[in-house]
Amino acid sequence: MRHIISILLENESGALSRVAGLFSARGYNIESLTVAPIEDASLSRLTLVTRGNEQIVEQIVKQLNKLIDVVKLVDLTEGGHIERELMLVKVRAATHEQRAEMYRLTDIFRGRMLDVSDSTYTAEMTGPSDKLDAFLATLGAENVVEVVRSGVTGISRGPKGLHV
Amino acid sequence: MELTGAEIVVRCLKEEGVELVFGYPGGSVLHIYDALHGQNDVKHVLVRHEQAAAHAADGYARASGKPGVVLVTSGPGVTNAVTGIATAYMDSVPLVVLSGQVPTKLIGNDAFQEVDSVGITRPCVKHNFLVKDVADLAETIKKAFYIATTGRPGPVLVDLPKDVTGAKAAFEYPKKIKMRSYNPTVKGHAGQIRKAVELLAQARRPMLYTGGGVILSDGSKELIELTRALNYPITNTLMGLGAYPATDRQFVGMLGMHGTYEANMAMHQCDVLLAVGARFDDRVTGNLEKFCPNARIIHIDIDPSSISKNVPVELPIVGAVPNVLRQMITVLREENLKPDAEAIGRWWQQIDEWRAIKSLSYRGSDTIIKPQYVVEQLYKVTNGQAIVTSDVGQHQMWAAQYYLFDRPRQWINSGGLGTMGFGLPAAMGAKFAFPDIDVACVTGEGSIQMMLQELSTMKQYSTPVKIVNLNNRYLGMVRQWQEFFYEKRYSMSYMEALPDFVKLAEAYGHVGMQIEKPADVEGALREAFALKDRTVFLDFLTDPEENVYPMIPSGGGQNEMLLAGRDAMKNVHEEGMILV
Repeated sequence: MRHIISILLENESGALSRVAGLFSARGYNIESLTVAPIEDASLSRLTLVTRGNEQIVEQIVKQLNKLIDVVKLVDLTEGGHIERELMLVKVRAATHEQRAEMYRLTDIFRGRMLDVSDSTYTAEMTGPSDKLDAFLATLGAENVVEVVRSGVTGISRGPKGLHV
Repeated sequence: MELTGAEIVVRCLKEEGVELVFGYPGGSVLHIYDALHGQNDVKHVLVRHEQAAAHAADGYARASGKPGVVLVTSGPGVTNAVTGIATAYMDSVPLVVLSGQVPTKLIGNDAFQEVDSVGITRPCVKHNFLVKDVADLAETIKKAFYIATTGRPGPVLVDLPKDVTGAKAAFEYPKKIKMRSYNPTVKGHAGQIRKAVELLAQARRPMLYTGGGVILSDGSKELIELTRALNYPITNTLMGLGAYPATDRQFVGMLGMHGTYEANMAMHQCDVLLAVGARFDDRVTGNLEKFCPNARIIHIDIDPSSISKNVPVELPIVGAVPNVLRQMITVLREENLKPDAEAIGRWWQQIDEWRAIKSLSYRGSDTIIKPQYVVEQLYKVTNGQAIVTSDVGQHQMWAAQYYLFDRPRQWINSGGLGTMGFGLPAAMGAKFAFPDIDVACVTGEGSIQMMLQELSTMKQYSTPVKIVNLNNRYLGMVRQWQEFFYEKRYSMSYMEALPDFVKLAEAYGHVGMQIEKPADVEGALREAFALKDRTVFLDFLTDPEENVYPMIPSGGGQNEMLLAGRDAMKNVHEEGMILV
């Protein structure tokens, strides 16, 4: 099962490596990881995506909670949540036909064009990871020059927020 | 008044009530050594290797219950200490390790004696800090002691750049510390406790399985009270020995790979298992698929991540062992719950049948010294009162099996990491904690050579320890596994060119004895312990091919034990070979 775990972390040097180190030391996998400071400058918000059965994810959550720098965490996938990922993708757009097709596909997936050269387009797209996967599949690997993805970030649905 | 960072370090130690620091000087900690000079509040013990500093502080902590303090220099000082830090981490021993670091301006510059100490120790400490500003120093040290000694204890490293210990700041030691991200649960959940007691009282074949957590939390008194009130059988893990008196009728011996037949069989057949401060380690459970097949499991632990890690638990209780056990005793009394006396009587009858097998019996000899016999004699000569440390290997198991520990903090060994070389410095640390109690280090000729240099420290500080060297000229446990699993191909397990341990002891200013005959064992031990103020190295030449029994081969279940002289090594599971 895929889980999105969102963590409030002390904004201290080395805190991120404690989280990353835990995953490598215990053989858990990280599919993606994003981190940035939040409005309270003493904290960072870290979102990571991992996979594992119930028992493994329970251990991951417990081990993360055990880290002194972890202030609070929530497994977003346990309840209603919104997940978003940002992707920038550079596609081949050399011929007139290619340029028209790429423009159309980007539009259908509600992306935006950010940059144009004589042989490429660069599009921006946000959405759940599976939408971004679907867009890439639609483009076809042969048309993609470069892809960069931010990793997943997310927030729970409803009135509650993750606070200290 | 402003103090230098180095003076602040020493003042903090004093405020924490630290009497002893184990350490070794070097360039980046010279300010601190200068601040230690000419004050009498904090005594410093100069070891001969930084690994020994950590082990000695660890032995001191395990024996006394107080945190151990280590002071080492940057670079190799830290890397040498890492084995000792990892040893303490695996056994949850509270240590505060102060390490020097190159000046902040040089960090990351590949400066002389620079390593990323915080990075290197990260996976083997409970937490660590790099102090970049002298203004944060006192609070950081306060946090280090707080984190090391509360919750599930463990080592905490504080890395101190030389410019920070040289800079000045006003000193104020915080009286209390509160951390928003660290707040261990100590009181057990009342509802869970009630359920647990009810389940326990209904048991027909109950079993108590308790570990090092009982000793670390000083929960022995409550454990004894609950166990006696219930009249249930109890087993201790290797780390938990002494938490319940080994000479008591209800104690069925240690469990696990080299545990007693009755302990392991009772585990296998119990219907309710109460696990207390134990972590279902692979050396305890054997094959997880065959572990306690009929048991409903209650698990008390202060560390939530220990619960349901290896074995799913029906009734978890997070909290400090003494608190939770006290709450359980209260519920048991208030509700006046009485176990089914007839069922428990039958269960004891079954256990006594298993006991009658005498799984720890071994074939004695008049001509060659049996290692088990030496430990039995050690028990006799010390009236069962000594603090016993061990190294790692066969001798460790024999010490655990044949010395009956009746009180907590009496048995000190590296259970989790299995660090050869631990025993001697740990014995020294224990002796510092209890100068008036006999301390014995049960070791082997392999392990002892890993930390031999500490004989010099022991001379300098007059910490008399009796070293019981079970010298079989083999790395015994390695040899035993090679006999069982590798058709007796004794690859690199024979120790050639051993030193003359008697002369070696004498060279360090101690007493050395070599004992070759079984008839001389007791006399030699009596003679050694009579020399109250001397360290004595007793080199017992023991049966080279003696094996540790009983044994559950890896991959086996707890009901698949091999007994001495009865079972040839058989049924070695292939998966077990991989498990190690």
